[in-house]
Amino acid sequence: MNSHFLDQFLFVALPYVCLFTFFLMTIYRYRMQTFSYSSLSSQFIENKQHFWAVVPFHYGILVVTAGHLIAFLIPRTVLAWSSHPLRLYVLEISALIFGILTLIGLVGVVVRRFSNTKIRKVTTVTDWILFGMLLVQTISGIGVAIFYPWGSSWFATNLSPYLWSIFKLNPEIAYVAAMPHLVKLHIVLAFLTIGFFPFTRLVHLLVVPNPYLWRKPQVVRWYRRPKQM
Amino acid sequence: MNIRSQVSMVFHLDKCIGCHTCSIACKNVWTDRKGAEYMWWNNVETKPGTGYPTKWEDQEKYKGGWESNGNGKLDIKSTSKARIVPNIFHNPHMPSMDDYYEPWTYDYQNLFNAKEGPDQPTAEPISMIDGEKIDVQAGPNWDDDLGGSPIYAENDPNLEGLTEQQRLQLSSVERLVFFYLPRICNHCLNPCCVASCPSGALYKRGEDGIVLIDQQKCRAWRSCVAACPYKKTYFNWFTGKSEKCILCFPRLETGQAPACFHSCVGRIRYLGVLLYDADRLEEVAKLPDDQLVEGQRSLILDPHDSAVIAQAKKDGISDGVIESAQKSPVYRFVMEWKIALPPHVEYRTLPMLFYVPPMSPVQASKPEDTIHHETEDLFHDIDSSRVPMKFLANLFGAGHEGGVRYALAKQKAVRWHRRAETVGDISRDLADRILHEANCTREEADEIHKLTSLCTFEDRFVIPPMHREQAIEMMKEPHEHREETGFGFVGGPRRGL
Ligand code: SF4
Ligand code: SF4
Repeated sequence: MNSHFLDQFLFVALPYVCLFTFFLMTIYRYRMQTFSYSSLSSQFIENKQHFWAVVPFHYGILVVTAGHLIAFLIPRTVLAWSSHPLRLYVLEISALIFGILTLIGLVGVVVRRFSNTKIRKVTTVTDWILFGMLLVQTISGIGVAIFYPWGSSWFATNLSPYLWSIFKLNPEIAYVAAMPHLVKLHIVLAFLTIGFFPFTRLVHLLVVPNPYLWRKPQVVRWYRRPKQM
Repeated sequence: MNIRSQVSMVFHLDKCIGCHTCSIACKNVWTDRKGAEYMWWNNVETKPGTGYPTKWEDQEKYKGGWESNGNGKLDIKSTSKARIVPNIFHNPHMPSMDDYYEPWTYDYQNLFNAKEGPDQPTAEPISMIDGEKIDVQAGPNWDDDLGGSPIYAENDPNLEGLTEQQRLQLSSVERLVFFYLPRICNHCLNPCCVASCPSGALYKRGEDGIVLIDQQKCRAWRSCVAACPYKKTYFNWFTGKSEKCILCFPRLETGQAPACFHSCVGRIRYLGVLLYDADRLEEVAKLPDDQLVEGQRSLILDPHDSAVIAQAKKDGISDGVIESAQKSPVYRFVMEWKIALPPHVEYRTLPMLFYVPPMSPVQASKPEDTIHHETEDLFHDIDSSRVPMKFLANLFGAGHEGGVRYALAKQKAVRWHRRAETVGDISRDLADRILHEANCTREEADEIHKLTSLCTFEDRFVIPPMHREQAIEMMKEPHEHREETGFGFVGGPRRGL
């Protein structure tokens, strides 16, 4: 009964609070404090370690997140694809590699920010909390990959339906209630990160510069556009 | 034809005394803020020298500007479209603070708070970033007047292609020579900074061509810093936004010259409107190196030509701006007299700040140190002047000497002409011959002389009416606009968390 209550809190209440905060606050911040939307790059202050920390981190986390997203969106396709053992191995191993890449990069980021006094000046408390969360999240993710393998399949069969049930406003926690503790930690922390997202520098993710690839190179702004144009 | 107007500039290097008043005026008005301490939107460097940031002209290192990608198109050297995706996390060609300098102040508090002791307390230099003591190694203008050290002059990228003898000529002690190069953003016609921005935060204003960075849209991808070959966009390390010279547009809009122009002690700065054909930009930016200076001139249209005026009106340029273009001192220097040249035109951004190349002393480069007043070899001293022509050509002609020689010869002829007029120690005939050979007339020489040395504020700065208020009125009821706009930010800009 007690644990059921806890599960209700962690996997129903918390996700909704976090998702609600995420949508409300990102929009609010974008409208009221657009200026604060920035990646706040510190490459200008330190240019060498930067490469070895930031690049593996970003590539790692992008691929891993994309993997989660795909398994969430098209679980059946993922299942079908990895029904072949060789493909399953490839999927599992590459997921693990990118997870470790993320971890290496993240440790690099933290060490770099901590050891350089100038960069510490542009690192806020929020940043440190965020780094802590991401660190635990990455380690728990790698742990899940090692101790509970074939995640690409059980994610598709169990977690994907749970996540869908959240979005369908009809949460079914039976899927997650039976999960090992490490997986539960990973899920809870994921929602917490989403809730914390709008208060951090992570918002730069939402303003990725896609139009660049197809806009004309030069940008001209007019106060008053000449008639014939 | 698609005519646009551009607020353009001329810096007359022969008049610059290297006083840095302009830099200080700009610093006081715009960059005296946290995160911007190291920025000098206006800086003055000694040439030959490495400049600020160090060796900014070395595009092997910084990869600024445009390059031809082989199939007749121009690409951004640092991060073209194809390269932006893999390089967005770490910009490989971004200069770091070490390439500029680490801003510092002095620990003045120590003068008051130090414990009593046998020595006078001192105010040691401390970093303006982390407050730690620093050992100051370089500053933004430490190469000033060659700074007592040959390393600055010897490492100037413009020395490329100079013979050993020419290099010696520049640096041997008794013959040492230098001049000053004040620099601001060139508000280019084909700005690489704008083209490189992944967020589209940079833009050129349609009405006056001023290049700005939208602070609300900048997300710190840092592409513009790497892409601008003149290194005139700067990264604010505190706010996480890039910033650049805004040509004091709030001053221009109220009819005042930009702060650096206004304060210039040597009165070397001129500002005025040029009309140009925006349809031909791409074609001109792609021309081979030796045709670029002429190509850029061919973009600029004659504001007295009735066909141009008619088309300009059709393209929405107001009568006031056209009138102002007709009086533009920049038009006279660049187009009529052709003595002002764009800097490093080979970067292909089509800069709209033009420089009148400086004359330099001659005598000491001659074998016998006697002064010849009436040499018959009229332009001998231009070729043998102490700043080698090739050096100036690398700066102002993509390595080609023609434009620089023409500009120097004309300036020289003006001097001889004025000497014949006022001092009278050389004959009128000789002066006329020189004028003729420099493709100049007496009238033109007098006008150049007047605008160079007897110019008033109104002659130097012909600021077009910007009609911003009218533009707003056309789109919206002014009172409504005022209610909505305020000062542009609700609650003031705050750095992100
Ligand atoms: S000088 Fe640099 S910053 Fe200024 S417009 Fe040209 S490319 Fe942009
Ligand atoms: S204020 Fe004028 S004369 Fe003095 S350094 Fe600046 S440009 Fe040169």
